[in-house]
Amino acid sequence: MWAMVAKEFRELRRDRRTVAMMVVLPVVLLVVFGYAANFSVSNIPTVVTGPQAAQAAALLRAPFSVTEVDRGAGQATARSRLQDGRATVAVVTGGAGTTVLMDGSQLFPVLTAEGALAKLAAAHGGGRKAPPVRVRILYNPKLTTSWVMVPGLAGLILVFIGTLITSLGVVRERQTGTLEQLAVMPLRAWDVIAGKIAPYLMVAAVDLVLIILIGMGLFHVPFAGNVGTFALGAALFLLVTLGMGVLVSTLSQNQGQAIQLAFMIMLPQVLLSGLIFPVSSMAPGVRWISWILPLTYFIQISRGVMLKATPITALWQPLGLLTLLAVVVLGLAIIRFRRDLAPSARSVRADEPVAATRELA
Amino acid sequence: MIWGLEDVRVTFGRRAALDCVTVPVEPSRITVVVGGDGAGKSTCLRTLVGLLEPRSGIVRRPAKERTGYVPATAGLYTDLTVQENLDFCADAYRLAAAERGPRQTEILERTGLAAARHRLGGQLSGGMQRKLAVGLALLHSPDMLVLDEPTTGVDPVSRAELWRLISGAAARGTAVAVATTYVNEAARGSSVVLLEAGQVLASGSPDDILRGVPGAVGSARGRARPGTRSWRRGADWRVWAPDGGLPDGIARVRPDFEDAVVVAALAGEEKAGER
Repeated sequence: MWAMVAKEFRELRRDRRTVAMMVVLPVVLLVVFGYAANFSVSNIPTVVTGPQAAQAAALLRAPFSVTEVDRGAGQATARSRLQDGRATVAVVTGGAGTTVLMDGSQLFPVLTAEGALAKLAAAHGGGRKAPPVRVRILYNPKLTTSWVMVPGLAGLILVFIGTLITSLGVVRERQTGTLEQLAVMPLRAWDVIAGKIAPYLMVAAVDLVLIILIGMGLFHVPFAGNVGTFALGAALFLLVTLGMGVLVSTLSQNQGQAIQLAFMIMLPQVLLSGLIFPVSSMAPGVRWISWILPLTYFIQISRGVMLKATPITALWQPLGLLTLLAVVVLGLAIIRFRRDLAPSARSVRADEPVAATRELA
Repeated sequence: MIWGLEDVRVTFGRRAALDCVTVPVEPSRITVVVGGDGAGKSTCLRTLVGLLEPRSGIVRRPAKERTGYVPATAGLYTDLTVQENLDFCADAYRLAAAERGPRQTEILERTGLAAARHRLGGQLSGGMQRKLAVGLALLHSPDMLVLDEPTTGVDPVSRAELWRLISGAAARGTAVAVATTYVNEAARGSSVVLLEAGQVLASGSPDDILRGVPGAVGSARGRARPGTRSWRRGADWRVWAPDGGLPDGIARVRPDFEDAVVVAALAGEEKAGER
């Protein structure tokens, strides 16, 4: 038995990535997710409008964080702030009483806001006759969990297909030796990458449509917004995930390594993208991680468009950041893949004797 | 020399994988690069097709469009049918529409795979897979065909068929470079490069190499090993005397190619020992 144990340890010592996964990953995961996994919300962006906006704003305490007080604005402005995602709660004063509008696509912040509002009413409503406060939850009035989850899960499934399946496809080519043959064929690196990605892109697009349709059919998730905006966001997001797949493949020698790496990329997206835990309630030390994850932006876009009909003009930030991520990830993937495909294109150090290579047509 | 390597040095880190290696690859001729495992054969061919960049020396090769290459590992897609493999290569090499059909039919006939046209690459026998791989590399009628151990692990009948395919390509004007570990296959080349530990032990035509065997080679019977410079050949022993003076009782024989390769390796070892 000792021979087996010694052999296994020797093998393990050479497989540094597995050792890292076994030792470092649990520690990192525990620390990061311990800080990220937080259902309680301490900061709810709130906008207050109407004639008594200033007085109402003065009454609001944490977790409400007043970001805008506008006496001249009415319910229309309040609604547009919620739709654009700039606020989760809007307090509209004036008229017959105060109306509190809440963004039902933000499940946990709304639940927290409801509780905080009840406490506030109890504290201030006792003495004199308080004006009536009406609470209206927009976009997801019954706070149905599936309405919030389906648009996010669609993204998660695309991460899975995009990153894992694409990387396996490319690594298989490397393992069987056909990648070497492709390198010798008169194909440009870009032709190979584009040709490799395009089928997965199409399958993933079909998958996405299927997931959304099933979500709408089975869970009655609404699709309130513009299909074009959603398609644009989805296309950018797919490009990022497929680019990550190619990148993973260039860092992996075999399918096992590719699966390990793909999971290391997928796991943080499940927990840190805002799919389950609200990004706003994560500790600042780990919150920045969610800002470099493509799923974070896709979720903003998909929930915004599907549930709130958020216009494209209000989504420029996630769309722009997804574009940036797509450029960076695909760029890196292409650079690394080119190195695999065309070693002769590698830069030669100045002090190296340059070998003469002649290609005769 | 039209194509090939000239005084090429390839290094992996500090280790020299090829040192001052010259391999001529001429049209209508077959150059066989022969050597044991780790001798540098694959490095040689990978440098020739541009997968590795030499530290120094000259590599001459046709454009990618005019090169055909079969790596030692694969050469075909196992999850595509024979026909689909042919279609992919025809597309990759941008074969003209009028040329495609006739070329594919010709390759299927030459490889004897016409009946297996719709079978998956992975379902073919090892020999058929190698024949298909060589056929795919020949589809676009390349000027230079580079084959890395096309016959390794293949049964004798398929090996003969593969060599017929390779010879046929050379007869049609293609310059062929083949790597092999089988010494007896070296005699099929019009030019042979014998590699050992990244260095050329001997090169030239098979006749040149046979004529160039230094000293004398003899044959001895019996169980006991007749000396240090000796090796088994069937039931007999071969003995090499660098100075030409064979011991008594050992009959001088004309060395064949296998003998020539072993002598070259022994001579190389002795030369290295002297240094």
